[in-house]
Amino acid sequence: MALTAVNTTKNNQSVQNEELFVYNTKNLNLWYGEHHALKNINLGIKEREVTAIIGPSGCGKSTYIKTLNRMIDLVPGVKTTGQIEYRDRDIFSKDFLVEELRTRVGMVFQKPNPFPKSIYENIAFGLKIHGIKNKQIITETVEKSLRGAALWDEVKDRIHEPAYGLSGGQQQRLCIARCLALEPDVILMDEPTSALDPVSTLKVEELIQELKEKYSIIIVTHNMQQAARISDKTAFFLNGEVVEFNSTDTIFNNPADSRTDDYISGRFG
Amino acid sequence: MKTTNKELSPVQQLLEKKYNSGFLNRSEKIIPAVLFLMAAVSVLTTLGIVLTLIFETITFFGDVSIVEFFTAKEWYPFSGTDPVYGIWPLVLGTLKITIIASLFAIPIGLAVALYLSEYASARTRKIMKPILEVLAGVPTIVYGFFALTFITPVLRGIFPSLEMFNAISPGIVVGIMIIPTIVSLSEDALSSVPESVRQGALALGSTKWETASKVIFPAALSGILASIVLGVSRAIGETMIVSIAAGSTPSASLDLTTSLQTMTSYIVQVTTGDAGFGTTIYYSIYSVGFTLFIFTLLMNILAQFISKRFREEY
Repeated sequence: MALTAVNTTKNNQSVQNEELFVYNTKNLNLWYGEHHALKNINLGIKEREVTAIIGPSGCGKSTYIKTLNRMIDLVPGVKTTGQIEYRDRDIFSKDFLVEELRTRVGMVFQKPNPFPKSIYENIAFGLKIHGIKNKQIITETVEKSLRGAALWDEVKDRIHEPAYGLSGGQQQRLCIARCLALEPDVILMDEPTSALDPVSTLKVEELIQELKEKYSIIIVTHNMQQAARISDKTAFFLNGEVVEFNSTDTIFNNPADSRTDDYISGRFG
Repeated sequence: MKTTNKELSPVQQLLEKKYNSGFLNRSEKIIPAVLFLMAAVSVLTTLGIVLTLIFETITFFGDVSIVEFFTAKEWYPFSGTDPVYGIWPLVLGTLKITIIASLFAIPIGLAVALYLSEYASARTRKIMKPILEVLAGVPTIVYGFFALTFITPVLRGIFPSLEMFNAISPGIVVGIMIIPTIVSLSEDALSSVPESVRQGALALGSTKWETASKVIFPAALSGILASIVLGVSRAIGETMIVSIAAGSTPSASLDLTTSLQTMTSYIVQVTTGDAGFGTTIYYSIYSVGFTLFIFTLLMNILAQFISKRFREEY
């Protein structure tokens, strides 16, 4: 990233700090029509970490993650105020094309959503629409991405077969591989294991641990054990507000807010 | 049901009555029989029509050689001394109209379908769909007059060499007629591609158009092709528009600016004229009808094949 030492007025310390943040959310408010879904959100998300977002249904955690790559634009009647900066660029700015944002920030959905195409074509798709036509590069990237998503060994003999022939867990890892093909900076995951069986869930969780080495991951999850297992930081959302944001260890062992304590110990939600 | 000394509740009594009456047994036997009868009526009707076509066509080929039917380049049945029955001019007339109609209707129909399913706001869709459905409800005779009294004069204003009866004007109007069929079925196919697939493409940074053209359109291809085949079948069988605006001169030339006759308009000409029962001309309409039937049958088989071959599971 070309951010290093641009700002000469700041001292080294603060430049270094800023470099670590992939996302900076400042006073974000969001309404679905009249419903105030996100209230004054302030969050700084660091790179090469797994940030988990937990909270009960309807707390705004999915809304928030969809705002980060502006998939929320697809919902009619949404209004936002405040700022989200991705690598110091305002994502709502007219100069920041939403397609560019979504190319840099990959997303994995709740339910696996492969295209009705072959396994190979699913991964090649992103490269092709971004103008990469070189067959050798595409084929190499397909293999690299499938290896990156720990799926290569299972599908290498049938990459030209339809993606819908894969199991649910394999489809989800295919969707992750599809993301990886574009070598994103951040991967957003919206409850990526909620539609999967325990074995597939474990595989995806292991994969997230590996991906953390190279990517920044933001994951929404219903499953508190999952957040505790895989994340470095955890944000607890409740009724559209961030109740608490801290290291996962602190949130689960020594929460500052009593509501966080109630939620993680299963007293509600 | 087990009867004990204990008194039965009202509900149990009624259930008991129902089971003992034997009504269930009887009605469950009658219903499939009635349904089968209904199915049999439609199948037998179809069979009857096809058999009539075949037998009368065989009678026709008793008078006219089958070799002449397929090889002669003229369709000239009304000559008192030397009638010629060569089917090609009529087939060519039908093909001219069908091809012009398809070239006109397929691009427009698909563009409208894509617009409605991927771009139009809910409000626009609400206004445009009923209008298109009205277009589908206009009687074809009205289209015929529209072709003859509006499109043809307009086209002749641009191309003065165009004759009053020609292939282009009715071709375009048949195209207009089948647009709603193509739009409506294609739009259904496009809209039924799951939203999650659309989101998957957008989340990879594809634009709306890339998503629509490279993901949604291919995913809906089987439905779209089926809609095209259905539209084209209607164009092949279209009668009124061509009878009014295309003329009644069977022609083996490829010229689109001159009068022609299609298979259907020949049948109209004979059945509304005074060809006597039992004459060769009378039987000729069965041979033409049978040829037409083969065409639409092939289109149907094609549609079946397409929807199986191109089905993308989602």
